[in-house]
Amino acid sequence: MSDVVLSTHNLTKRFGALVATDDVSIDLRAGEVHAIIGPNGAGKSTLIQQICGGLKPDAGRVELVGRDVSSLTTQARAKAGLGRTFQISQLCMEDTVLENVLLGAIGAGGSPWRFWRGALGLTDMRERAQAALHRVGLADAADIRCANLSHGQRRQLEVAVALTLNPRAFVMDEPMAGLGADGSKQLTALLDGLRAEAPILLVEHDMDAVFALADRISVLVYGKVIATGTADDIRASDVVREAYLGTEA
Amino acid sequence: MINERMINALVLAGLLALPLYALAVDEPFTITLVTRAVILALAAVGLNIVLGFGGMVSFGHAVFFGIGGYAMGILAYHAQTYSTLDLGLFTTEGTKLMPVIWLVAMAVSGLVALIIGLLSLRTSGVYFIMITLAFGQMFFYFAISWAEYGGEDGVSIYVRNSFPGLNTLVPIQFFAICFVILCLVLFLKERLRASPFGLALNAARQSATRAETVGLNPMRLRLVAFVISGMITGLAGALFADLNRFVSPSMFSWQLSGELIVLIIIGGAGRLMGPVIGACVFVALEHFLGGLTDFWHVYLGLILLGIVLFGRGGIIGMLTRTEGAHV
Ligand SMILES: Nc1ncnc2c1ncn2[C@@H]1O[C@H](COP(=O)(O)OP(=O)(O)OP(=O)(O)O)[C@@H](O)[C@H]1O
Ligand SMILES: [Mg+2]
Repeated sequence: MSDVVLSTHNLTKRFGALVATDDVSIDLRAGEVHAIIGPNGAGKSTLIQQICGGLKPDAGRVELVGRDVSSLTTQARAKAGLGRTFQISQLCMEDTVLENVLLGAIGAGGSPWRFWRGALGLTDMRERAQAALHRVGLADAADIRCANLSHGQRRQLEVAVALTLNPRAFVMDEPMAGLGADGSKQLTALLDGLRAEAPILLVEHDMDAVFALADRISVLVYGKVIATGTADDIRASDVVREAYLGTEA
Repeated sequence: MINERMINALVLAGLLALPLYALAVDEPFTITLVTRAVILALAAVGLNIVLGFGGMVSFGHAVFFGIGGYAMGILAYHAQTYSTLDLGLFTTEGTKLMPVIWLVAMAVSGLVALIIGLLSLRTSGVYFIMITLAFGQMFFYFAISWAEYGGEDGVSIYVRNSFPGLNTLVPIQFFAICFVILCLVLFLKERLRASPFGLALNAARQSATRAETVGLNPMRLRLVAFVISGMITGLAGALFADLNRFVSPSMFSWQLSGELIVLIIIGGAGRLMGPVIGACVFVALEHFLGGLTDFWHVYLGLILLGIVLFGRGGIIGMLTRTEGAHV
C-alpha cells in the first residue's frame, strides 16, 4: 500500500511456550481507524508493546512511515511519531491535568533541558497543551490534580497527552476501558474526528465503538491474526464468529 | 489550614532571628549550632533533588559531603603548610579562599556524581540503595587509608578559610555566608522544580513509562539530577568542614547518608523546605537530647516512625494536610 503509515512484518513474541504474538503482519493506512479485537489474553497489549518499543519481539519488524523503527527505544519511537495510550492509565497522579499535557508538549516539541524558566510560562508549549485539553473536553479541569480525576476523565487525559505529541499514528490500547455508555459515546466521537490528523490503531473490547469507528478490523486469537476486513466482512465471517464474537456476545 | 508558603517564610525567618538574638545576648555557641543546621539543610536540599524530585533513594550522598570536606581539607592543608599539591597535570600551593574551595568541591562532586550515576542509575529500588551505599563505603575506607591526609584522624585546619571582605572567624559572619548560600540554593531549587526539567524529572519518578511515551529519557533526566544534587551536597561538605575546621573519614560514613535521608522524610520529601525543617529538628534533638542521653537517636527514630506511619508528607505535610512526593 502506498499510504501505509505504520506496519508490522511477521512480528513474533514468545513467553516461554506461549506464543503471544504469532507472525503478525498488519498495517495502518492514512486516515483510517484500524481496530484490533480479540478475546482476553489474545495478545493485543503484547502486540502494542512491541510496536511502541516496550517489548522486544523475537522476530519481525515494525515500520513507521517507511522507516524501520524496530531497534529504536520507546522514547525514540515517540519522537518518530507514535502517540500511544495505555490500557491502564499511565499518568502523573501528583501533577495537575495541565502539567500532564504540558509534559507531552515538552517531550515532543521542546526539550526538557531547561532549568530556569517555569514550565507553565512557556507560552507555545502551554498553548499546545491547552489545545489538546480543549479537544478532549478537559479544558475546565486543567488545574485539578490528576489523582482527583474521575476514571473517565483520566481516559480522556490519556488521549490528550497523546495529542500533544502531534503523532504520525495513534496507537490506543482500550481507550474505552471502564467508561460508561455516555463516556464511550463521547470518546467515540472524539476518535472519529482524530483520524483525519493521524490514523488510529485501536485495540478495543467495546464492540459498539469498534463497529462505529473502524474502517478495518483485524481479529487476533491466540496471538494470530485470523481475519482482517471491513466491519461487514468481520460480522459476516464464520471463522470470527466461531472464534470470538460468538463467545463474547 | 496552614499554607506551605507561610511555613517556609516562618522557618527562614526563625533561622535568621535565632542567631541574631544569640548575637545580642552574646551566645556564640547558639550561632554555631544554627550554622550547623543550615549546612546540614543544604546537604539535604541537594539530596532532596534526587530523592524527592527524582525518586532515587541514594544511600551514598555522604560521598559528596565527604568530597566537599576533603576538597576544603586538602586545599587548606597545603596552603597552611606551604607544601605543593602535585596533581600530575599541574601543581598548586592550595588555597584558603572559600569561593575557590567551593568551586573545586562542586566540580569534583559533580564529576564523581556523574560516574556513580552512570554506574548505578541502571538499577532501581533496593539495588540502587545498595550500590550507592557501596560507593559510600569505598570512599570511607579510602579516606581511612589515605595516610597523606591523616588517615583515620583526618585533617585539621588552624584558622577558618577566608572570604573576601568578611571575617569568617566571627561566628555570625560565617553564619551569614552559609545562610545566604542556603537561600540561593533554595531559590534555584524552586526554579528547577517548576522548570521543564523539573516537570520531566518529577514525571519520570511517578511513571517512567509515561515519560518515555512522550519521548523523554528517564535515565538521562535522573543522571543530570544526580550530578546537580551531588554538587550541592559537595558544597555543603566544604562548608561543614570549614565550620568544624576539621575533616575526617566520618564525613563519608553511611550513618551520615542515612541521616540525610531521615532529615528529608521528617521534613517532607520533595518539599522546598522539607530538608531545612528536618535539619532543624535533627540538630535541636541532637543538642537538647544528646546532652541528656547517648540514645537520643531513639527519639529521632520515634519521630521518623510516627511520620512514616501517620502521613507521608513529613512535618510540612502534617501542618498543611497534604501528601508529599511518593518515592
Ligand atoms: N511479560 C509476560 N510474561 C509472560 N506472559 C505474558 C507477559 N505479558 C503477557 N503475557 C501473556 O501473554 C498473553 C497475551 O497477553 P496480553 O496482555 O497481550 O493480552 P490482551 O489481548 O491484551 O488481553 P486483554 O484483553 O485482557 O487486555 C496472555 O496469556 C498473558 O498472560
Ligand atoms: Mg490488553
